[in-house]
Amino acid sequence: MIRWTKGLVLGLAGLALIVLVGVVAPFVWDEAATRLTGAAREGMSAAHPLGTDALGRDVLARTLVATRLTLVLTALATLIAAVLGIGLGTAVWVSGARVREVGLRLIDVMVSYPAVILALVVAAILGAGGPAAVVAIGVAWSPAFARLTANLAASVAGRDHVATARLLGVPPSRILTRHLLPNIAEPLLVLISVCFAGTLTALSGLSFIGLGVQPPAYDWGSLLDTGLEALYTNPGEALGPAIAITLTGVLAGFVGDGLAESADPRRAGPLRRTGKAVSRAAAPAPEVPQDALLVAEDLRVSRPDGVELVAGVSFTVRRGEIVGIVGESGSGKSLTAMAVARLLPDQVRAEAAVLRLDDLDLLGPAPDRRLALEIGVVYQDPAASFNPGLRMGGQITEVLRRHRGTGRAEARRRAVEALESVGVTRPEARLRQYPHELSGGLRQRAMIASAVLPGPRLLVADEPTTALDVTVQAEVLALVKEINERDGTAVLFISHDIGVIATLCHRVLVMYAGRVVEELTVADLREGRARHPYTRALLAATPRLTGPAGEPPATIPGRPPAPAERPSGCAFAARCAEALPHCAAEPAPPVPSPGGWAACHALATKVSEGAS
Amino acid sequence: MAGTATRAGAAAVRRPHPWLGFLLRRLGGLAAVLVTLVVVTFGMVQLIPGDPARALAGQSATEEQVTLLRHELGLDRPQAEQFGSYAAGLLRGDLGTSFQTGEPVAEVLAGRLPFTAELAFLAIAVVLVVAVPLGLTVAVLTRGGRRRRLDTGFTFVTGLLGAAPEYVLGTLLVLIFAIRLGALPAAGAETLSALILPVAAVALPTSCVLARIVRREAAVVLGQDYLRAARGHRLPALVLYGRHALPNLLTGTLTMGGLMLAGLLGGTVIVESVFAWPGLGTRVVEAILNRDYPVIQGTVLVLGLLATLLNTLVDILLGLLDPRTLTARSHP
Repeated sequence: MIRWTKGLVLGLAGLALIVLVGVVAPFVWDEAATRLTGAAREGMSAAHPLGTDALGRDVLARTLVATRLTLVLTALATLIAAVLGIGLGTAVWVSGARVREVGLRLIDVMVSYPAVILALVVAAILGAGGPAAVVAIGVAWSPAFARLTANLAASVAGRDHVATARLLGVPPSRILTRHLLPNIAEPLLVLISVCFAGTLTALSGLSFIGLGVQPPAYDWGSLLDTGLEALYTNPGEALGPAIAITLTGVLAGFVGDGLAESADPRRAGPLRRTGKAVSRAAAPAPEVPQDALLVAEDLRVSRPDGVELVAGVSFTVRRGEIVGIVGESGSGKSLTAMAVARLLPDQVRAEAAVLRLDDLDLLGPAPDRRLALEIGVVYQDPAASFNPGLRMGGQITEVLRRHRGTGRAEARRRAVEALESVGVTRPEARLRQYPHELSGGLRQRAMIASAVLPGPRLLVADEPTTALDVTVQAEVLALVKEINERDGTAVLFISHDIGVIATLCHRVLVMYAGRVVEELTVADLREGRARHPYTRALLAATPRLTGPAGEPPATIPGRPPAPAERPSGCAFAARCAEALPHCAAEPAPPVPSPGGWAACHALATKVSEGAS
Repeated sequence: MAGTATRAGAAAVRRPHPWLGFLLRRLGGLAAVLVTLVVVTFGMVQLIPGDPARALAGQSATEEQVTLLRHELGLDRPQAEQFGSYAAGLLRGDLGTSFQTGEPVAEVLAGRLPFTAELAFLAIAVVLVVAVPLGLTVAVLTRGGRRRRLDTGFTFVTGLLGAAPEYVLGTLLVLIFAIRLGALPAAGAETLSALILPVAAVALPTSCVLARIVRREAAVVLGQDYLRAARGHRLPALVLYGRHALPNLLTGTLTMGGLMLAGLLGGTVIVESVFAWPGLGTRVVEAILNRDYPVIQGTVLVLGLLATLLNTLVDILLGLLDPRTLTARSHP
């Protein structure tokens, strides 16, 4: 599927126009281009818009007439490059493993040499002249095609359906025509347009230095060459072909960019606005406890199109407390955590009535130093969250060094201590290593060490166990608990795993579709006193070793609504077994309990019935 | 077989220094490239269509002259023997003598190489100094879809200048700065100011193309988790982008743009004609027009080595920036 971007249309239209000139010009202007007038090397005038050359011929006419030869030679060179390169690439790919290895190396080497040098070799063998230049440029560009073909073929061949075809004994030639060529057509098309621009400049370049088209024939390159000699008397003589070459190159570039863009799935169009007003949900304004460290009130995170991903969340974290936020992916739990840490992606915006860490207002321009020292962050993917190009030591000690002004040796000593305390073996050696030299578990420990090294008051842990295997998970959880107990560090712990939350946290927030639907103590959670239907469904969906044998964990039917399609009422209503008719339409009232609250119509009804 | 396997296993356990393996592979690659270059330059004469001696002597030469030339060039000997003496000559530093002027080719090249190398290396330096900060800055300023106008302007200008061939740009620069403004010399290599226009002509288009690559790579790096983690360290912008983004985006940039740096050599060769620059480019054109094969062979050899040198420099740079590339397969 080709998307018709502005650039692509402009490029194709412009090239079509130039091709038209190439077809028509020799018929119309040939006479003007070859007629010798007495006026040699005249400047630009009305009669000769680009002046005349040394023999008094009209430069504009010559530039226009040269279009055909230039285009034909460029197209031929591109054709040679494509046919030769694709042939070479497929030959390498179809042949045996050993030949393939050598062939790929060879193609790599050829690609890494300037095409001009290769073209010079061919031009030297065949002698100067138009056809020789075409062959030279064609040959010189072929390695690029060969490499692309071989690389694409390798990637396509690795896909499942091709592997299956091979296992089924489909002959390579058939795999080539049925599976490979159609799959690599689009990138090849991009390369062809890039190559067209490249061969145009290279061919014109060869003509320009006198190795290409020889007189009396002329193309843009040779016109530019003669124009260079006349630069002092008539700049128009060089300007004409210069503009022609550049313009055609730019247009071919537009086509290449346009094709590449439409082939790139990452750029599949902007987010669409499906404007639907989300009514401001009635989250209970909690009474802020005396020992609150982190206070968030009516925190909202929204996309540029106004759709709210987090739609009014309020909570507190007390000193020394571990608060867990649990929810499915897309529930807004990570965005909530990142909003607290002020590390949201550029595309989204956060606002809140109150967002503060003790006396530090997180909504205003908070000083970097306090943010860095008081909030430690542990990220989901330890493999991706360390900079691959820097040694561990530099990254772990960075905050201490910059914001505490700790000396290098002292920072390293403390980093070693911190690593030791999280159970990293050989800590001195680790500091000198690069992230890719450590295992996933080690990296996550190192990240925790790095986060707690400056002595933060709040540790934000965004799914820190998700990317780890189960035994390492347990160790990391124990570690977080230990840090909390030893240093009194408050923790905001994000997880999609309600089991993990239940082992670690003191208090739990359950998030669904951008809102908190229930807040409860971990004792209530563990002992089955969860009251919101969603929380109970989550618990039922958790596999347990202690449950009855042979019974699969329950699943929750359906999926959470997309952010733009959330109803004004309870977003879980569509999946809820206990849903009442008005659930989706009206915001659910928070129903308080001794340790928290749950926002649910069904629950409210039940409670009021029980009371009456 | 079993023995080699054990030894390979032991080597893996000992983990030799990554640069050692890199160096060994690099030397091996270099040897392969050298052999290829020698074979290619030797083959150039053999591949001349028809009778090379006749082609070299010209149509007007008598049969005796052609025979004499054939003997002088050794073309009447078996090819293996010819190759042997060619390779042996190269080992002694003997590149033959120019048909045209009778000078030793080695001397011709020694006189020309410094000019081409000067132009190429300066241009590369300019490209890196211009393209990397420009691309990174634009990426930072336009991240998350901000400053659409800057985005459009950058794309337009770099697209236009990037598509202009070096020799076209050179011609236009001469027209503007030498002829119209009279500010800089139009040709020659006598003064330092004579360097400005040729270097600009070679460096500008590549700078623009590379700046676009840097910008795209930077946009990717800016979205990485480790950059978010670095943001969590609350660093000043210069440290954040200079220390955490720059090295990583350079890896991607150089893997793609490294070829362009070697390709710059090609632009240099052609641009020399614009400025009457006394380098290898103008000399090899003259040699090709005169079918002066010893000079052509020598020039191609030297240009090939120069390209290898550039590729190697790029790889070393990559190794310094991102140690993971040391163990990866790389082109020689």
